[in-house]
Amino acid sequence: MDIDSIRLLATAGVVALGTAGPAIAIGMIGGSAVKSISRNPEAASKIQTAMILAIAFAEAVAIYALVIALIIKFVA
Amino acid sequence: MEISIKAQQLFSVGGLNITNAFLVALIASFLLIIFAIVLRSKIKLIPGKLQSVAEMGIEALLKLMESVLGSMTAAEKYLPLIATLFIFILVSNLLGIIPGDIDSLLLHGEGGHGVMLFRAPAADLNFTLALAIISVLVTNIIGMAATGVFKHLSKYINFKGPIEFFVGILELISEFAKVISLTFRLFGNIFAGEVLIMIIFFLVPYVIPLPFIGLEFFVALIQAFIFTMITLVSISLHTTVHEEH
Repeated sequence: MDIDSIRLLATAGVVALGTAGPAIAIGMIGGSAVKSISRNPEAASKIQTAMILAIAFAEAVAIYALVIALIIKFVA
Repeated sequence: MEISIKAQQLFSVGGLNITNAFLVALIASFLLIIFAIVLRSKIKLIPGKLQSVAEMGIEALLKLMESVLGSMTAAEKYLPLIATLFIFILVSNLLGIIPGDIDSLLLHGEGGHGVMLFRAPAADLNFTLALAIISVLVTNIIGMAATGVFKHLSKYINFKGPIEFFVGILELISEFAKVISLTFRLFGNIFAGEVLIMIIFFLVPYVIPLPFIGLEFFVALIQAFIFTMITLVSISLHTTVHEEH
């Protein structure tokens, strides 16, 4: 296998593996946020703010994987 | 169609190379400065429409800061930094959504083909790195100003015992990790959005890009908000007096 095919495989593999974890994490964050809003509808806006913050943190890890994939494909 | 992680250079001014992301950041700054000067010259006691909108925005920001920081005086003290981060990142992200595929036929085109005239400033790693360093550095300085220099530094380096020592080292490493994560979160989101828009325009230029541009709009707002919230939360962490031991 030459370096270009390995590069393509590595790009796809990094994104595929790297976005699995954050996807599960975001799903769990959203689920627990919905459950806690249903228990306490008055605190909905606070819970929503905390949820958006937590989702951005989880999504950042997926973005790290994307950045590595882009570096593999276009720079290295 | 070229996708490059580095921002492409348009021309150079005495050794400093002006990239297309820098150009858009300059445009965003000029827009904000002119808006601020115009608004300031028209301030009345009974506000007109523009002043009311600006006041609503600042009040919303102040209320958010008060809910995180706990007191309105603290919110007003740190409003300049937080509002600048939020408004500047928001405006530069929104300006980056404007498609700017104007091939500039300059002599310094990279490798012979044209170079895009506009690029979202946050898609340039220098912009996000600078903002992240500013954010972490200023929150630490604010912590030092609020609790005293030695008390703040003793959060990172204290010799009270082996566990506290390692916790301090971990806190120091986590400050650096905060810089890296702020940088790459903003860069990754905006750059990936740019690549997505470029590819969609390449595939189907009519009608189909609309929901993707809407997504980019949403991402621009959320990323500015997230950057600001992380800065705000770390200010509130550094300025609360620790009463543990």
